Amino acid sequence: MRKFDVHTGIAAPLLRDNIDTDAIIPSREMKRVSKSGLGVGLFAGWRYADDGRNKSAPREDFVLNQDDYRNASVLLTGANFGCGSSREHAVWALADFGIRVIIAESYGAIFQRNCYRNGLLAIELPGDVIARVAGVVAEDPVTRTLTVDLTNRQVVGPLGRFFDFDIGDDARKRLLSGADDIDLTLEHRDEIDTFRAQRYRDEPWAELVIDEMLAPARRDRRH
Amino acid sequence: MPLTLFDKIWRAHEIKALGERTSLVFLDRIFLHERTGSIALRSLAESHREVANAATAFAAMDHIIDTFPGRTDATTMPSGGEFIRALRHGAGEAGIRLFDIDDPAQGITHLIAAEQGIALPGLSLVCPDSHTCTLGALGSMAWGIGTSDCEHALATETLVVRRPTQMRIWFDGALREDVTAKDLVLHLIARYGAAGGRGAAIEFAGPVISAMPMNGRFTLCNMAVEFSGFTGIIAPDQRCIDYLEGRHYAPTGALLARAKQHWASLVTDAGARFDHEIRIDASACQPMVSWGTSPAQSVGIVDEIPEPARFSSEAERRSAERALAYMALQPGERLAGVPIDAAFIGSCTNARLSDLRQAAHLLAGRHVAPGVRAICVPGSTATKRAAEDEGLDKRFTDAGFEWRESGCSLCFYAGGEGFEPGQRVVSTTNRNFEGRQGPGVRTHLASPATVAASAIAGAIRPASWLDA
Ligand code: SF4
Repeated sequence: MRKFDVHTGIAAPLLRDNIDTDAIIPSREMKRVSKSGLGVGLFAGWRYADDGRNKSAPREDFVLNQDDYRNASVLLTGANFGCGSSREHAVWALADFGIRVIIAESYGAIFQRNCYRNGLLAIELPGDVIARVAGVVAEDPVTRTLTVDLTNRQVVGPLGRFFDFDIGDDARKRLLSGADDIDLTLEHRDEIDTFRAQRYRDEPWAELVIDEMLAPARRDRRH
Repeated sequence: MPLTLFDKIWRAHEIKALGERTSLVFLDRIFLHERTGSIALRSLAESHREVANAATAFAAMDHIIDTFPGRTDATTMPSGGEFIRALRHGAGEAGIRLFDIDDPAQGITHLIAAEQGIALPGLSLVCPDSHTCTLGALGSMAWGIGTSDCEHALATETLVVRRPTQMRIWFDGALREDVTAKDLVLHLIARYGAAGGRGAAIEFAGPVISAMPMNGRFTLCNMAVEFSGFTGIIAPDQRCIDYLEGRHYAPTGALLARAKQHWASLVTDAGARFDHEIRIDASACQPMVSWGTSPAQSVGIVDEIPEPARFSSEAERRSAERALAYMALQPGERLAGVPIDAAFIGSCTNARLSDLRQAAHLLAGRHVAPGVRAICVPGSTATKRAAEDEGLDKRFTDAGFEWRESGCSLCFYAGGEGFEPGQRVVSTTNRNFEGRQGPGVRTHLASPATVAASAIAGAIRPASWLDA
């Protein structure tokens, strides 16, 4: 997983509440069996003409299409960002576009978890603070960048230290180390094996064996 | 200490506590489908990891495949073939049992996990799909997960899970004869709101549940996620055991006898504590239909659509106004009699054999109203065959319904087949969000009986009005 410690970038305001995952990436943009390449579909319904179908016609009134914000890597938004369907594609699309930090009033529960899994920092701040940040940045978005420092849990703006933020210890540690969730769990491999053996003694019907008749034989992938 | 049903199953799967209410939990079964499972398998392979236990992992084609008769891999969904091929390839490489397009046991994952005896009482089961909670009807601890979690599950046979709070919903009284589990769950969500389940593991219990056939229990648990539950669960009883016996992956002989003993212990002890309890008098429930774009925006078919001003919060008022505009309805209007363009019977909520029987019974000797497009998509190929053995397909087609191959089909739109913008559809599905069945499509959730009756009438109407 991509590590997060300090990040400096342009902050784009998208100050609406309840932006759901379907708005972040509409279903019809989820065309590939892949987590990458989804950036082009990010906010497609708002970003392009014809409800997102015409990618060659970006809408000038959408913030991420404006010269100042085209290279934004911090997103300032409202309450309940990422609500709705649990599709992880929403986070992949943001990451693929280049977003590394989201600052919102609150999040859909699964969405925030998915952010941490994919190396995106999702900070919560009161709405009036976010509006203030957006105001300061707007005077010259390209030079008035934000620096987000996870180690010290603070955001530094063009006029110096802006504000401190809170984040759970577990999420912070994971983001700082870039450690992979699967690797962390596999450190418990012995315990898992012991547990499985006991579980199959307690409830033997939980155990299944590969049915060679039905499942294609597992290919030998040892090199 | 008295324990809840959920406590008991959680304990049997908790490998270790990790702090902050979070535990490493063992997974007995993992189910994949081509829309999300394909990505999880590919991403796992790209990170050079193996599936930890292929024997307990399963996969099915349901979301993207076509449901037209005589279907092939070709699909109307943009680049859908890529998902189909990726799942087939990934499952083959890993040695995972795949219920492919032409498999006689193919179907919507949540249906076939039950039909094949893959989900069992007391087992944990995950699938990268929100409606995995359907399988709580069998007393399984089953819940939907995201793609990264799914990779984690496949690679480790475990998940790191925050222990949900617990809620019990006790249904008193008895359902009226013309009222189904679908009506009951819409009644529940309408009354307590779409967030009423607050992320809890929700046990459904009480005399109404004891008397409810398995089919209704699946429908009820299916919609636990529309109530914002972590999952729904029902204690396994004799009905449940009768349902499971003889299914392909269910235990037999001495093992079954032992399993039954264990399953009998899977009940909530007297005095066990829940974080929230709700009691509902089911006798007051009538046939329901949704009027808005959330399952919570539902009313009795013969009742008036509420005035937005009646809602207590500003957010609810705004959402009601927006929903009414989208649905082209007025407050105070009754849904009974509102003309429809289409009727859909299908999905993991209501496409099991008894759902099809209920609908077919009403269709006998009748015909769909002129101009109404009516479609029936059985939830699994086995269900379809069983229905055909009973001659139900003929009842549907004689009445003017399309009779399809099994799959998710028009339950959701992702760029492939959908209804037309502005069309009004009565549907046995579980989600009526904007655009769910196609851009601009107006979905009304209802029971199979209501959908069949409405198809015949050409307008929304309860089944009891058919002869009137
Ligand atoms: S039938 Fe509909 S709700 Fe059920 S799994 Fe398929 S798409 Fe999801």
